Amino acid sequence: MDLTLLMYLIPSLIMFCCGVYGFITRKNMIAILISLELMLNAVDINFVVFNRFLFPGEMEGMFFSLFAIAIAAAETALVIAIIINVFRMAKNIDIRELTKMKF
Amino acid sequence: MESVGNIIMYFIIALAIIVFSVLTVTTGKILRAATYLLFVLFATAGIYFQMDYEFLGAVQIAVYAGGILVLFVFAIFLTGKPGQSSEPLESAKKKIGLSAAVLGALVCGYALFTKAGICSALVSQPIDVTINSIGSMLLSTEKFGYLLPFEAISILLLACIIGGIVIARKR
Repeated sequence: MDLTLLMYLIPSLIMFCCGVYGFITRKNMIAILISLELMLNAVDINFVVFNRFLFPGEMEGMFFSLFAIAIAAAETALVIAIIINVFRMAKNIDIRELTKMKF
Repeated sequence: MESVGNIIMYFIIALAIIVFSVLTVTTGKILRAATYLLFVLFATAGIYFQMDYEFLGAVQIAVYAGGILVLFVFAIFLTGKPGQSSEPLESAKKKIGLSAAVLGALVCGYALFTKAGICSALVSQPIDVTINSIGSMLLSTEKFGYLLPFEAISILLLACIIGGIVIARKR
């Protein structure tokens, strides 16, 4: 039995779809952010797996994942700063009740 | 032909990813969701180690599991009572989410299985990815060098530090 490309893409696909489901259904802003991390992580896995199986000997996919991880870390820090600021102003991070910035 | 240990390791990782990512989005308590996310991130690092990208796996554990998760836990503690459960979902929203996820999975799964011909077995890495080669590629301006994105990332991190301070400080 061989480990093929497909066997790595299936868990990553399920991970991405879980992220989509959580992104749509969650109400808490931090839970939405967690779902977003899930999606980003699935994409990182795809880059690395495609790089390793289809173009062994090159490192483009690995570097792309490396930069994606760095950007995800920066983005998370910034979003959490925004969430804490929103909580300080509205005492709530439920997206149904944060309608001040609509329109 | 893979070694048996590698295959067993693959099944453990794949099972962990599937189970914990489903639990991450379905659990009611937000702190539990963060904990399950931690397991998913560790399993992802396991995939990177299995692909022989040791540096990427180490970065994944250090930055994601070490840094981002701590940020999440702090934010959860700062913005609500940790034991608090989320309210049950409205069925309309749940239907939309489920159908989006299942439809996406079906379309992508169909594409994957019909193109199964491209699936090649894991061949041994012809070049070894050492810290040495990663470092010289990150700072080279030649072909396949990554100096420009490296510098762009450093500007981005600086902007994020300043932005985080400006957004989160007390007025």
